[in-house]
Amino acid sequence: MRHPLRTMLAVCGAAALLATGCTSTAPEEGGDDGPAGSGTGQQSSFFVQADYDEQIAQRAVTPTGPADQPWLQAISPQLVDTAKYKKAGKHTICFSNAGVNNPWRVVGWTTMQAEAKLHPEIAALTAVDAEGKDDKQISDIDGLLASKKCSALIVSPNTTAALTPAVEKACQAGLPVIVFDRGVNTDCPVTFIHPIGGYAFGATAAEFLTDKVKKDGKILALRILPGVDVLETRWAAAKVIFDKADVDVVGVEFTDGDAAKVKTIVNDYLERHGSIDGVWMDAGATSVAAAEAFEDAGQKVPVITGEDQQDFLRLWQEKKLTAVAPTYPTYQWRTPIVAALDILAGKQVPKEWVLPQPTITEENLGQYVLPQLPPLHYALCGCEKMPGFPQNWGGDQ
Amino acid sequence: MTTSTMSPSAPLRLAAPGTGSSSAPVWFVFGGVFAVAWLLVELNGGQFMTVDNLQNMAVRSVALGLVAVGQTIVLIGGSLDLSVAYMVSVTAVSASFVMQGDPDRMALGIAVTLALGVGVGLVNGLVITRLRINAFIATLGTSLVMSGILNALFTNFTGSVPREFQALGYNALGPVPVAVLLLLAVVALAWYTLRRTRFGYHLYAVGGSAEVARLSGVRTDRVVVTAHVLCSLTAVLTGLFLVSRLRSGAPWVGPDGGYDLESIAAAVVGGTALAGGRGTVAGTLAGVLILAVVDQVFNEFEVNAFLKTLIRGVIIVGAVALYALRNRRDEEVF
Amino acid sequence: MTVTAPPPATAAPERSASRAWRLLRAVPPIWLVLAAVIVLIAWRNPTFVEPAPFLAFLRRCAPLAVLAAGQVFVIIAGEFDLSVGALVTAVVVVAARLSDGDAGNTWWLIPLLLAGGALVGLVNGLVTTRLRVPSFIATLGMLLVLSGAVFLWSGGAPRGSLADNFRQFGRFGVEIPGLGQLPYAVLILVAIGVGLWLLLSHTRFGHQVYAAGGNPRAAGLSGVDVRRVRTAAFVISGLSAVVAGVLLGGFTGVTAEAGVGYEFQAIAAVVLGGAVLGGGRGSVGAALAGALTLQSVFTLLNLLGLAKSLRDAVQGLIIIGAAAYAAHRLRRSG
Repeated sequence: MRHPLRTMLAVCGAAALLATGCTSTAPEEGGDDGPAGSGTGQQSSFFVQADYDEQIAQRAVTPTGPADQPWLQAISPQLVDTAKYKKAGKHTICFSNAGVNNPWRVVGWTTMQAEAKLHPEIAALTAVDAEGKDDKQISDIDGLLASKKCSALIVSPNTTAALTPAVEKACQAGLPVIVFDRGVNTDCPVTFIHPIGGYAFGATAAEFLTDKVKKDGKILALRILPGVDVLETRWAAAKVIFDKADVDVVGVEFTDGDAAKVKTIVNDYLERHGSIDGVWMDAGATSVAAAEAFEDAGQKVPVITGEDQQDFLRLWQEKKLTAVAPTYPTYQWRTPIVAALDILAGKQVPKEWVLPQPTITEENLGQYVLPQLPPLHYALCGCEKMPGFPQNWGGDQ
Repeated sequence: MTTSTMSPSAPLRLAAPGTGSSSAPVWFVFGGVFAVAWLLVELNGGQFMTVDNLQNMAVRSVALGLVAVGQTIVLIGGSLDLSVAYMVSVTAVSASFVMQGDPDRMALGIAVTLALGVGVGLVNGLVITRLRINAFIATLGTSLVMSGILNALFTNFTGSVPREFQALGYNALGPVPVAVLLLLAVVALAWYTLRRTRFGYHLYAVGGSAEVARLSGVRTDRVVVTAHVLCSLTAVLTGLFLVSRLRSGAPWVGPDGGYDLESIAAAVVGGTALAGGRGTVAGTLAGVLILAVVDQVFNEFEVNAFLKTLIRGVIIVGAVALYALRNRRDEEVF
Repeated sequence: MTVTAPPPATAAPERSASRAWRLLRAVPPIWLVLAAVIVLIAWRNPTFVEPAPFLAFLRRCAPLAVLAAGQVFVIIAGEFDLSVGALVTAVVVVAARLSDGDAGNTWWLIPLLLAGGALVGLVNGLVTTRLRVPSFIATLGMLLVLSGAVFLWSGGAPRGSLADNFRQFGRFGVEIPGLGQLPYAVLILVAIGVGLWLLLSHTRFGHQVYAAGGNPRAAGLSGVDVRRVRTAAFVISGLSAVVAGVLLGGFTGVTAEAGVGYEFQAIAAVVLGGAVLGGGRGSVGAALAGALTLQSVFTLLNLLGLAKSLRDAVQGLIIIGAAAYAAHRLRRSG
């Protein structure tokens, strides 16, 4: 989710702008020597079979915890003792945020602030924003440690590898450290909170397509860009499913997350193949653009996958699409606050806190369409009953 | 970006480089910003004048500071370098790729990256001087080429640097972090080069007026190429510092850090003229520190990320407008 | 490069061959490059030059082409406009919130957006000419202020949605029997292209723009108000960015990053069209051709199956090559 969106806020590195912008409306045509039926290509170096198997299995596990509060639920938790962190009085919770440089993170951050307000034992939530820069986040964590005011430290790492040393340093300072969303390459944090993961996301979408698309139907896979771990796992899982099934993946294209480019690619594929029977997306931000490209060409929108963004859910409901939306829920931003307070109260928490990762289907679509919220709002924020909803999330009363 | 304005004081500059290039006003501003920040943070119940906090602010300034010194050198020469962000990435990735966590390969890794820096600087300088292309377009082009090659070869964090190398990013000599010493050394070296060597005199002359410098017998092309090599080398140092902090390099670390435009912004906030011929590395250092102190205040008050962006824009334009006002007497009205 | 002398009436066949050659030489080279690239694309993919796909191609070129046609005024006048990408994003975000999906809002919304774009251009121009902030810094500051302010106002992510009658300009077109759909975006592009071409090449103001960039002092002495002309160029660029934003927002719907990267693409397109950074050279037609060439080169590289990263590298080389060629011609023509 990070890279295609990284430039919005940063003092706009010229080259970074080019990296995401300069090819923005180029049509993606794989070349006529190849792609018709050329399949999905090699499995990438990001694929780890054991992780894949684990996540596929976790989808079927019933999580422990209250069913109406999924951010408190956990899948197969291994609890750890936190008595040594027990602390009386009011707490200052510190948070090193990778950035708010895309709508997913904006929704999440709003939700986390609302969660902190629910707990009177929190004296302050001190947050620093790294603006998508690894080095700044390392310094931010150092700065929070230097201020000596933190009771607990929450980290949402900008990248896994780069933030590992800083998180290790924070652990050595004796603070309880909570990591969520992206992980780090050390197990020193007290807990690591995340939804099931990218393999489950990609597989759920791919299974729906192979199920709904007719035998030998043509599928187009649209990916944002290569090399980003959370996105690579989504595609890796989809590839496993597609390779096993009787479908024809006519193209796998990178879109840079650019809606103009998505429309162009879909248009080009329609010209070349006449029709497309299914579209797999590695993230939902441009699902609407993909669907529109079919409408603009005068065709029916085929089986399509998305995410829990409102614009897609509304289109789905309105146009009665055949669709599915796996999610990477923003309610995971509530859990770190809860975990921090549990730890400071000496309560046990899961070492790896795996949150359920619901799928939006035709049956439950109605409950996630929220007309009063902005188009890029993520439905699975778990925030509907929080004070300040929906205004604080950009919605109308 | 026109460097053709023939200022009557240009020949003077040839004799006494940097006339009107004192960094004192910038340090004065820095002092003011620092005092206000101190007051604000203390009033807010935060800690400002602690060793930890001052160390933290200083280390925050290193990555941008190193490359901003190089950017200042090319700006003084009337040029500009947009390729430094990818130079940082190329350095970070190739250092961690070559070192592979092996302390014995540290020297090799450093040598390789310095060689790359010299190479890229030469290409930038030669494209600008031989092909007579505006530096903006030339370095935008080389930046794209570097990004293309780098992204074709590497897609993620690659290799790692040994723990010994991480001393650069994390260790301190007494209260002073090693990286800050490196920055101070680079600033001192650049100051000496600009103020005490023939190259320095010539650089100011070329930036002030390339035509006058040429007529005075300065080999202007050679000066511009040298400036670009020095600039790329400072980007290499930023890359080495970053990779020592991150333990490993990825293609996006440079552009994500925004070092291209931010280094230019820091230099102009520090009083360097974009048109060339005027500027000091000490001023740039003050500019970098001003931005770091402002960042610290943003953090303390948890300023909204979007508001930060807005304020930075105002600061950059405001600073340059103030310098322009001060220098109005020197300049001609067309 | 103007061919004026008519050939003698008794032209022998070889004379007419040389006349054809001279006519060909009179065509700005970018058009020949564009034609060559399109021929190559058609060779790899014959359907590309059929009416419907070609019109679709033109439609997706339209936002960049409009931006380039505005940017060329600023560049000929000797300045840069780096704020256009942020302005495009701002147009989409502001339009979404104010339109809120209501078709009744569109009639006042578009004039309001145009006024906003003109205001942004005016501020860019005044900061550059009156406060003497180099346009690189002034428009960089505007970029930061716009992207900060617009998301501060909308709470981090866009709100609302674009009404269908707002989106039609970028998304739909008029049905022409036998041809298919002629996109409104293409009509708008042609209208703006012709309008700006007339303004730049056939009015007194146009001559003043060239004069202001080519030799500001001489222009000033001959009575041209250089500052006012440059400010007007920024206003034109701001207005063209609004049109580009309306087209792009119409094509894609609401996104948070509509204009990301467009500032550099627009400058690259103008440079491809033979304009020289620093001022005095360039034309609207060549800038449009530059934008179309940039897009068609991407299409071609795609067809040839080149990885995205290598496409960046090729783009970098093309930009350097185009600038080098323009510089070469400039020197030869004195």
